[in-house]
Formats: sequence, structure tokens, C-alpha cells
Amino acid sequence: MAGTDQSKIRNFCIIAHIDHGKSTLADRIIEMTGLLTSREMQSQVLDNMELERERGITIKAQAVRIVYKARNGEEYIFNLIDTPGHVDFNYEVSRSLAACDGAILVVDAAQGVEAQTLANVYLALDHDLDVMPVINKIDLPSAEPERVIEEIEDIIGIEAADAPRISAKTGINIEEVLEQVVEKIPAPGGDAGAPLQALIFDSIYDSYKGVIVFCRIKEGTVKKGTPILMMATGARAEVVEVGYFGAGQFIPCEELSAGMVGYITASLKNVKDTRVGDTITNAQEPCSQPLPGYKKVNPMVYCGMYPADGAKYPDLRDALEKLQLNDASLQFEPETSIALGFGYRCGFLGLLHLEIIQERLEREYNLDLVTTAPGVIYKVYKTNGEVIELTNPSNLPDPSEIEYMEEPIVKAEIMVTSEFIGAIMDLCQERRGMYEGMEYIEETRAVLRYRLPLNEIIYDFFDALKSRSRGYASFDYEMAGYEQSELVKLDILINKEEVDALSFIVHAGTAYERGRKMCEKLKEEIPRQLFEIPIQAAIGSKIIARETVKAMRKDVLAKCYGGDITRKKKLLEKQKEGKKRMRQVGNVEIPQKAFMSVLKLDDK
Amino acid sequence: MKPLELYIHIPFCKKKCNYCDFLSAPADRRERAAYVESLCQKIRSFRELAEAYCVATIFVGGGTPSILSAWQMEQIFKAVKETFRLESSTEITIEMNPGTVNADKLTAYKEMGINRLSIGLQSTDDRELAALGRIHTYGQFLETYSMARAAGFQNINIDLMSAIPHQTRESYEKTLRRTAGLAPEHISAYSLIIEEGTPFYEKYREGKNAGDLPDEDTERLMYEDTRRILKEYGYHRYEISNYAKEGFQCRHNLGYWERAEYLGIGTGAASLIDNQRFTEGEEPEILSQEEQMSEYMFLGLRKIKGVSKSRFREEFGSSIEKIYGNVLEDMKKKGLMEEKGDYVRLTERGIDISNYVMSEFL
Repeated sequence: MAGTDQSKIRNFCIIAHIDHGKSTLADRIIEMTGLLTSREMQSQVLDNMELERERGITIKAQAVRIVYKARNGEEYIFNLIDTPGHVDFNYEVSRSLAACDGAILVVDAAQGVEAQTLANVYLALDHDLDVMPVINKIDLPSAEPERVIEEIEDIIGIEAADAPRISAKTGINIEEVLEQVVEKIPAPGGDAGAPLQALIFDSIYDSYKGVIVFCRIKEGTVKKGTPILMMATGARAEVVEVGYFGAGQFIPCEELSAGMVGYITASLKNVKDTRVGDTITNAQEPCSQPLPGYKKVNPMVYCGMYPADGAKYPDLRDALEKLQLNDASLQFEPETSIALGFGYRCGFLGLLHLEIIQERLEREYNLDLVTTAPGVIYKVYKTNGEVIELTNPSNLPDPSEIEYMEEPIVKAEIMVTSEFIGAIMDLCQERRGMYEGMEYIEETRAVLRYRLPLNEIIYDFFDALKSRSRGYASFDYEMAGYEQSELVKLDILINKEEVDALSFIVHAGTAYERGRKMCEKLKEEIPRQLFEIPIQAAIGSKIIARETVKAMRKDVLAKCYGGDITRKKKLLEKQKEGKKRMRQVGNVEIPQKAFMSVLKLDDK
Repeated sequence: MKPLELYIHIPFCKKKCNYCDFLSAPADRRERAAYVESLCQKIRSFRELAEAYCVATIFVGGGTPSILSAWQMEQIFKAVKETFRLESSTEITIEMNPGTVNADKLTAYKEMGINRLSIGLQSTDDRELAALGRIHTYGQFLETYSMARAAGFQNINIDLMSAIPHQTRESYEKTLRRTAGLAPEHISAYSLIIEEGTPFYEKYREGKNAGDLPDEDTERLMYEDTRRILKEYGYHRYEISNYAKEGFQCRHNLGYWERAEYLGIGTGAASLIDNQRFTEGEEPEILSQEEQMSEYMFLGLRKIKGVSKSRFREEFGSSIEKIYGNVLEDMKKKGLMEEKGDYVRLTERGIDISNYVMSEFL
């Protein structure tokens, strides 16, 4: 790779509103440049986790290197970097963008500019990327490329008259996109002779190679044997291998120099040492300062995860450890619940991240899990001056020892078409939002700004937003510190016994409502048992809501006709099956899904 | 020679009741004749199997078997007797509904050897009968019942139903007392179950029109009333829903719970022969030892006296405690089961929630 001419490199990403064809275009580009034959192509090469393909979202950053022979006869190296596609992974997105010099903006020829399109463009512009628009889906009967081009120019304010009009699905005009990448996306800069300065935009763990760091070389050169230093974590290692990204494989090369995108392996055992956003430099000849923008990403949402079968506790630990190898933002530590036994308190970037980890544990590691209601980190200021960061509601000190509590607040920006402004404002008010302002970005579109408590948005805010705006609203948030708040711990007593795994922290103003709903929900979830079971919600010793699960109903004395035992057996089997998915708490059997029921309180 | 129970299914009725999901429907004269003919052929086709057995009980069920003519029933019994060996004291039951028999038909039944009648009454309240979609009134039942007695039948069962629309505890008690007052030898008391695919299912699904139906607690009280009131008249409960005067337990019914071998003939009828369960036209299910043991338990527990521990050991070669020790302990601790001598049985509370207990043995 030595001597690759920087002017022949293009580092870019593709940004788009969901469903506007980002992944399909990536597939076409890879296919066009002959990296894979179409027979080898599995649709959407870059989303290579089964879960990613299913959910249609990208979870991990991915990169691929493509060689393109342009019309001018020259060969160019394209590094296409795919970015995660969810607000939970915002920081990763920003680091991936920082590894690029330009971005292809894909806009649907029928739908035009959408809220997310704008959010993504602004994010790209923030990172000084040159944005190159592409009009996709021109094969649709409803396509209006002219109108969309005008929209791009009017709303976003970037030149779009010569944007390629393509159909990523059918392959129309893809070559034009590649040509424009050559023309419009700037070649990287940087001095191959300067001290090493490389940006980590992702890292994964491979059982053979150890940690594989994905990086963009901003300055200098790295090769086998280079002693490296991660400037933020302080980890040191010697480079074992450098290389670039083939489609679905790593291809070693001699060296990576300024302007290039590739990977480094360096006998590192833990992805925690290679934080996204950190700067790699040469330990013997360090650069004067790290690249800007690094921050340590901390989990924002916590929940307890317990194996449904207590004996699988070690398996759960193994699985979490393996997942953590690839996901430095996943945290976990052992905890014990009276109701659920041994498990882990796990920290996640957001609810989607939680769901993804949960699904992966269940699918890839075949674990049956009981997950408790997710919560955020509260700060508890005790009367003795101590401050506790509370991740598990059960650990809340006695109210008499608490001076006051604080909860995390986010600044949220919601883009919404004007017809839904009222509905979305209602939603934000319900979630204790503080209105901060609104701006129209065009006649029919506005950005609403709110301060919202994080614990009000981690459950189902995103879903509620989508359903109240018929899918049109998009939402982004950033942490905005902690604020004092009137918070209480709501306990649930089943058959007079407190079930620790069901306790949660809630704002005092909504405690009654939540408690009532929680009892109602649990009444539905808990099947009748031998005796009557009271379900109570309590704050401290004060009962605020109560429901009762009646004792088991008398069985119907049906006629068993003509010896039809099979039918009777099926009935009994169904009854038996129901018992299996229960957790014994005291002498009450509670179905596993009841522990998540706090999440579904807003189901109508 | 092994004992065998014979079940013969007649899938015809005058009119489908609102709650009925049994295999039965109205049919015209021609269909009925064709069915009887093929049924007789089918009965005869078991000649080979019949050689190893001696028939202990016969039950002609439906539908409403009594809507067949006396001559048709005679053909069926002719086929049975020409194919199977019958015990001298074979219990032979036929099901009937009020208004479908006359004195001649009853006499003919008697001559065929039928020695037990099972009459579907369900309620003595005409409004309740109408709500169920029954074809008869209480008055018509009385007529049929006295004709049966006059014809010399000395073993009669009456079917009753609780938890039916418009029924109250008082009206149910009246039904129980009127019925028991007629002194039938046997009373079956089931509760209404709303099954999918019936008119009631549509009417009452998802709690619709729930006001018509007795509530859960009333239903439970009705069950208790049944036992208490019938006891006054000399009936003892020998199975969860069956009551008899001394010596008149239904042998055929008990056979099912004791896993006697039985052969069901006719549309949809089920059989248990040689530890294989089969229904006509379907793959037989071969029961493993484990399944046999589990059936022994959950079926046997329908009997009030329970299941015999010594018979369990005889049949399966290991003790009931060894196989179900944990479950039995748990159930006893919860007050749902108890032991009495050689028997393990449900307690009153266990009877209330019998499915819960029985499913523990699966």
C-alpha cells in the first residue's frame, strides 16, 4: 500500500432518511466496483448481523474498501463507511462521520426531504463533510426528481441541480454516483511523515486476532511493529497487523498512511482499551494533541437481567462477557434479587441498545431471560453528605436519609410537520417536558425543543412519537445534566410481599397513576392461583393502589364424551405449559413477562 | 378373555342445541339410513378383534340416538351381537332426549337388551330449556320418563346442567329437587361450557351478555349444592360430575377413568385398545409407559375414591411414590389431594380445580 496517492482516495459515508435506500445504494456500489459478483452478494452486505438485517438498522459501524476505475482512466480507492442508524448510537455516528471527508446524501424521489434527512445533513455539515446529493427511486411512478431537487436546494441549501438520478434497486445511473464521488468528494489531506494521529471509529473482537481497531489515519503512518498509544485510555501495544476492509474480510497490507481507512491489530485483549473516538498515536513519537471530539460514552439506561433458569447464571455471564468484547458501551455487574435470584445489572446506551443485547443473548446464546424494567441513573444526595449514583431502585436508601434526588435531563429536538405539532407537544407535556422553543424550518416543518427527563423517554417515547405523528416526527437528544426532582420509589407487593425486581423510581406527580396502572397490568399478567392474591403499589409504607387476583376458578365440569381423552389431555397440557414460564416468588407464581409490564403501561 | 367397552356413536339430532359442540347434526331419513348401514358393516369388521374380548358395557351415544327408528336400532344391536361376545350382565345404555321415543320404541329397546337409559333433561325450568335451545319442555320429559318406567326400565340416568343462562341458585335447586324426587338411579350434573363454534360462543364471547349467566361464585355454590342436595335423596358422588344410588354407578363411564379398553365405533368415536388411542380416520397414538402412568393418574382422579396405589404398582411395576412422590407431597401440602388407605384422591378443594391438579401429572 506504500505510495498510495492521497489524491486517489475518497473516504465517504452515505446518509439518508430511513427507507430512502441507503443500504441498497451501498450494495450497488460494492457490486458495481466488482468487489463481489452479484451472486456472492448477500443483500445489504454492510449490515452483517442477522439482527441488523431484520430490524433494517445498522448497529455497528462498518467499512469497505472499493477500487473504482473512473472514466478518466485512473483507479480510485473508495472507503465507504456505514454508520449506525439510531439515536442510541449518536456518538458512534459522529465518530464515523469524523472518519470521512464527504457524504452521499440519498433522498427519495417521491418522498423528498424528510426530518431525518435534515438531521443527518446537519450532522455531516457539523463535521465539515462535503455533502453530495443523490436522487433515488426514480423508477417509482410517483417520483418527482425535479421537485425534490428544488426541495434540497431550498431547504438544505446545497447545490443539487446535477445530482445523479438513480434507482439503487434497479441499478440505474450508479456509475454517475461513482463519478461524482471522484469529482465532488475531496481527497483526504494529512502528512504521511508527521507523527501518527489516527481516529478510532469502531473496534471489534476477533477470537484469533484479538481486538481489531477500525481507524482513519489523519496524520503519519502505522505499520507492523509500530508501538502505539491510545491517548485517552492510555493503553499501549505493538502493532501486529494493519490492513484494509475487503467485503466481509480483512486484507492485510504493509502500512496505513495519512488519508487511509483501515484496521490495526495489536495484541489487545479488550475493546475497552480502544474506545471509539480515541486517538491512536506512536508511543515513541507521539503527536502533540489528540483529535478533537473524544468522550467516554457511558450507559444511560440500566436494567436487571436474570436467567429464567437460575442454573444458567454462569452461561449468562459468559455471554455478556463475549458481547462486551465487541461492545465497549455494554456494562454489567452481578446483582441479586430476592425475586429473581442471581443476575446482572446491565448498562446500555439506550432502550434500543438494551433490546438488541437482550435479543442477541436470547438468540445467539440461547438464553431465556427475565428482564426488569429499565431505569436511568439517579443521583441521591444523602443527609450525611454522601452522593450515590443509583442504578438499581432496590438500593435506594431510606427516605429519612435522603436530602434530595436528581434525575438526568436531556435536551430533545423533535422535527415534525406542522399538523402534528399539537399532538407532539401534548406528548412532551405528559412526559414532564419543559418547552424551550420552536422554529419553523420551512412552512410545514418545525423543530420543537424540549427539556425532558431521561426516564420519561427511555421506555416508549420513540414509539409514542411515531404513532402520534404517523411516523413523521423524528427525534434526537443529548444529555443536559442532572436536575433536582421530586422522585419516589414505587414498590409492588404481591401477596403482601415486596417484589424487589418490580420496584421502580418515578416522579412523585405521576406515582399514583403509575402505581394504579401497574397493579392493573399485573392483575392481567398474573394468572389465578390457589388463593386470592392482593397486588399493591406502595410508596414507603403507604399503599397507593390495590388490585386482587381472584383465586383459581372452579374448573368447568365438561362432559368427556365417548372416551375422547385426547381433548382432555390437550387442555391439561395447555395448563401445564402456562406453569413453566413462571417465577416462584414467595408462594406466588409470577409469569416472566410480568417483570417487564411496567414498560407497557401506555398500551391502549 | 379381556373385558371391552363398546361405544357406538349416532351423530344425529333433531336440532342442534345452542351449546353443543359434539359431533352431531340434523339429517334426513336417507342419510340416517345410510349411516346405520355403514355403521353395521363397521361393527362387523371388528370380528377378528372381538375374538379376544368379552363386552362388559355398551353405550349408544350421540347426538340423539333415539331419533333412529326401533328397527334401525335393532339392526345395530344385531350386528353387535353377531360380532361380539357379551357378558351375561352387560350394561347397555342408550342416550335419548324427551319427545323422541314412544312406548313401542321403549319396549323394542327392552327387547334388544338395552337395560339403561340416559335421558337429557338439563333443567326443569322451561325458560332455561328454551335458552339452551332444547327441543323439549319439562312436561315432555315427565311423559318420557314415566313411559320409560312403565316399559320396565330400572336403571335410568338423568343429565342435568348448571351455570346455564338465566339459572339462579334457587332455580337450580328446584331442578335438583324435582329430578331427585323422581328417583332415577343415576344423575349426571355437568356445568355448561361455552365452546368455540357454538351459537353460545358468539353470544357470550369476551364477556358479552355476561348478565345472563350465573357468575363464578354462584357457579361454585351450585356445584356444592348439587352434592348436598342429592345426598339428601340418597345419591353419592362417585365421580366429579356423576351421582348414583347404591349399586348404580355407570360402569361404562368408570371404564374411561380406569383406562379399561374400549372400542368406539361411528363417526369421530375414540378408542383405547392395547395402549393405543385412536379415532377413526386418524393416526393411532401409541402410549408410552410414562403416558400410561400419567393417564392412570389424571383420569383416575376423576373418581371420588381416587386411584389405587396397589393397582398402580401392579400395572407399572413401581410404586406411585417413586414416580409421583414430589407431586403428591406438593399437592397434599397445598390441601388439594389426600390419601385414604390404598387410595390417593382429590380433596374438595382439589375437585374444584381439578385441571390444575391433574396437569401436575402430565
